[in-house]
Amino acid sequence: MSEAEAKAAVADLLADYAALLDEDRLEDWLELFAEPCRYCILPRENADLGLPQPLMLCENKAMLSDRVVALRRANIFNIHRDRHLVGGPRIRRLGSDTWSLEASYAVYQTDTEGQSRLFSVGSYRDQVVFQAGRPLFRDKLVLADTAAIPTLLATPL
Amino acid sequence: MQPQVHWQRQDYSRVPFWLYHDRALYDLEQQRVFRGPTWNFLGLEAEIPKPGDFRSVWVGDTPVVFNHDRDGRVHAFVNRCAHRGATICREQRGNRKVHTCVYHRWSYDQQGNLVGVPFRNGVNGKGGLDPSFDFAANGLRKLRVECLSGAVFGTFAEAPEPLADYLGPLAAAKLRRATHKPLRILGYQRQRIAGNWKLYLENVRDTYHASLLHEFMVTFGIDRATQQGGVAMDARHRHNFTYAHAASDSDQDAVAQYGQHQLRANALKLADPALLKFEREFPDDLNLAMLSIFPNCVFQQINNSLAVRQVRTKGVAEFELFWIFYGFEGDNEALTQHRLRQSNLAGPAGFVSMEDGEAIELAQRSTQAEPDACSIIEMGGRGPIVDCDFRVTDIPLRGFWSYYAELMGMEPPGAVR
Repeated sequence: MSEAEAKAAVADLLADYAALLDEDRLEDWLELFAEPCRYCILPRENADLGLPQPLMLCENKAMLSDRVVALRRANIFNIHRDRHLVGGPRIRRLGSDTWSLEASYAVYQTDTEGQSRLFSVGSYRDQVVFQAGRPLFRDKLVLADTAAIPTLLATPL
Repeated sequence: MQPQVHWQRQDYSRVPFWLYHDRALYDLEQQRVFRGPTWNFLGLEAEIPKPGDFRSVWVGDTPVVFNHDRDGRVHAFVNRCAHRGATICREQRGNRKVHTCVYHRWSYDQQGNLVGVPFRNGVNGKGGLDPSFDFAANGLRKLRVECLSGAVFGTFAEAPEPLADYLGPLAAAKLRRATHKPLRILGYQRQRIAGNWKLYLENVRDTYHASLLHEFMVTFGIDRATQQGGVAMDARHRHNFTYAHAASDSDQDAVAQYGQHQLRANALKLADPALLKFEREFPDDLNLAMLSIFPNCVFQQINNSLAVRQVRTKGVAEFELFWIFYGFEGDNEALTQHRLRQSNLAGPAGFVSMEDGEAIELAQRSTQAEPDACSIIEMGGRGPIVDCDFRVTDIPLRGFWSYYAELMGMEPPGAVR
């Protein structure tokens, strides 16, 4: 795979990530992650202070899957649809099969009465690996500028 | 102003909905509750470990700074310049010997005393302050401060009862339990909920909702009303302690009891059970301990996730929940990582707390149109306000209303206290 092809595949992974969340296909979204993997939403306020406290932390794919199962079967949250707007990614090679991916995001939520609000804005700081020729998230860090979560945070950002 | 409340019952088992929606009442609450004879949680001493360290917080909707002076004492003042009312400390935290307003550079020491006014003698003998201007009388509004077991409390009262008396033996003991070793701050979470602040104070005193709204607890079998536990209050029902003993019920009993109410106890297993591991670290065997201190904080232990939540009012129909997560100095890396992992249970994204944001907004939204209708508070019984050795109760809500009504000067004749 050429450098350009690999970059295009990483960019596609990011597009799939946002589209699957917005389509509420969380089970398919899970399959964008490698094993082992980490998914972390960290308020930028804590990152700036050098403090580790996340808003959401899944240290492996099993924990990530538990989050999805809980959302489907146990948690109750505000009924809403998500809409991700993801900025142009910066993709850099870290190793032979490892890439870094950075992009800004904005997530809008729309409620049952058709009102939309800006829910969260921040950036993705990700590590992507190729396994069997396919890019997957090894580490997904959602660095959330929006520290004050409106209402609650259920679906992943 | 004297609010006129038509209480249908003297034991607060009916509460009219307009109390969550009235702007004049909200303004009076700021005066009589938050700036009244109460002690408000400001923050943790571990957040301001060095001389000069300060933090900007809120008491109700009053901006307040608390800081650490060079002698190790903690002082707090209203974060509003005496001159023109501008915010002095604009940052959330920092380190400063002198606090200077950016507008006209009036400056204040760590106690809030006015120490500097540029051009006080004018320029070339013209302008400036009259020589009679009294610096001592024109400083910042100060709060009285007391610390207990690493927690900093402030009050606007001129002659407050001592903090220990205000807390009473129960809340003081449970606060010492929650912070029984020197703290290590892990970080912050914030949540904005579109509801009246009193709905949240009720929520944390309402043990009945916990295993019904927060289905995760029951579905994954972590906390069930069938466990041994209960609620305890101080003599005046200001504060509340809710607790459960770890592993104190049987799976079969839980499945049967919840099964009657269409709830599937223990229906699911976590793919990674590390989330729910409980490492006993206190002398007792409690795995759930929630200490609500009137009017603005909750110390939380959910298994090994420790945090204090500060309630900041943002108008009649909004409040901020500000969560400070902590561990202890001397925690090894594995325990710190476990606390971070287990913080998935709490906070705005918490498996067993996210629902509160939704439930409070549902109640706020739907009660607006019918202000004179009432909520029903009768679980656990009517009449006297008492501690319970069970959790299917909302008696502590009546305790909350009883003290609130007293503070607000709106108790019904013959009120239950």
